[in-house]
Amino acid sequence: MATKRVKFTFPQELIKEPVIHKLGVDFGIVTNIRRADIRDDMGWVVLELEGESEVVEDGLEWVISTGVRVDPIAGDIIEG
Amino acid sequence: MPHVKSLQCRECKTEYPIEPLNACEFCFGPLEVAYDYNSVAKSVSRKSIESGPNTMWRYHDFLPVEKDSAVDISTGFTPLIHAKNLGRELGLDHLYIKNDSVNPTFSFKDRPVSVTATKALEFEFDVLACVSTGNLMGSVAAHGAKAGMETMVFYPADLEQGKIQGAAVYGPTMVAVEGTYDQANRFCSELADAHRWAFVNINMRPYYAEGSKTLGYEVAEQLGWKAPDHCVVPGASGELHTKIWKGIEEFEGAGLIEKAKTKMHLAQAEGCAPIVEAFETGNNQVKPVIPVTIAKSLAIGNPAAGPYSLEILRETGGTGIFAYEDSIIDGIRILAETEGIFTETAGGVVISSLKRLVKQGKIKKDEVTVAFVTGNGLKTLEAMGNFVEPIETKPEINTFHTKLAERRD
Repeated sequence: MATKRVKFTFPQELIKEPVIHKLGVDFGIVTNIRRADIRDDMGWVVLELEGESEVVEDGLEWVISTGVRVDPIAGDIIEG
Repeated sequence: MPHVKSLQCRECKTEYPIEPLNACEFCFGPLEVAYDYNSVAKSVSRKSIESGPNTMWRYHDFLPVEKDSAVDISTGFTPLIHAKNLGRELGLDHLYIKNDSVNPTFSFKDRPVSVTATKALEFEFDVLACVSTGNLMGSVAAHGAKAGMETMVFYPADLEQGKIQGAAVYGPTMVAVEGTYDQANRFCSELADAHRWAFVNINMRPYYAEGSKTLGYEVAEQLGWKAPDHCVVPGASGELHTKIWKGIEEFEGAGLIEKAKTKMHLAQAEGCAPIVEAFETGNNQVKPVIPVTIAKSLAIGNPAAGPYSLEILRETGGTGIFAYEDSIIDGIRILAETEGIFTETAGGVVISSLKRLVKQGKIKKDEVTVAFVTGNGLKTLEAMGNFVEPIETKPEINTFHTKLAERRD
């Protein structure tokens, strides 16, 4: 089993989509939300994902394919 | 490390012991070093600081490391220059340039990395590592060499050769990561979890960030123990902006300066200005962007300290402002031509943004203003393009005089 801490950033048009729910139901990944802020024009959720390593990777690829941005919880770590 | 209390979550305020941690176990918020400021105030004075070394380590009491253990390559206490010529151009009587491009690896990154390398040795790490596209890699490589640590430098595979060589010369293991910027970002984040390495801006981030406070201390000391009216700071992750302010507040708290009324302005490039955009739209969330800017050292599209930088902009009455992309080189050139200081593109962003702030009436003629120049121009020569138009002459005095006269007309 692997755990991964990530931040999902939702653009305005995807705020109402049950992306995290589908990650649990369709991929069998345990999702554990720790912090979130959802507004009219955007939203972000910081959460932990737990599941088989490959399944978590597949799940994240699917999340990215929906248009939701996926980042490490520390944000951009590549510095100039 | 007598004055350090704990690590503390910036969000939920949960406290943690001093260990190589960067995220809160409860809310995953970022951790920051917390100090016992009563203890600091009792042990420092203007005199004790003035009698310290002419480096950033004169502020040792405010840094989260043991005494006398610093990995120091003579970083800091860089010049604060009264920029009379540039001030005249912009209409400012008391403009100062904090020239941090003269640090040992030619950027301000030596400050946070010096603290991190010191702390990494205290934690008994064998490996110092970073992921970078420029200034940070050179600094980590140099400090790793000085500390005698194995050093790993990760970078996107399409990085310019000049930057790679500038770090490779110090002898680190250089690792070119293929794929997109986001893939490299996620990969290095996972690496930090998989190895017991001191990744300077990941698991060591709380200590790393503290080094930048020394810029705030130095400016206050060099102005005669007072805070300026305005600071204009380049913005990438937003951390430098927050830490310069933290430094000024700590000096105030320790009774070393009077109450600061500094307006903390943040300057970003037009092609990567997520914090400025949130400031202008009144948001307290920062929307990630995909950077498209010549200011590569500021190209962080998803800034980790963005929300905290926004708080400081609002708390101090500062302004988030961007420099138009086509004005960045002008900013570099005007600083070089008036003050003899050649800065990289981030400095061009600062000078160009400063010009806009003055034009907008945000900074008045008689106010003390400090513009932070954080990197050397030789690092971003490629961004300058070919702007040189030499006089071409045969080796004959008369020909040269004729051509010189034509140029002067």
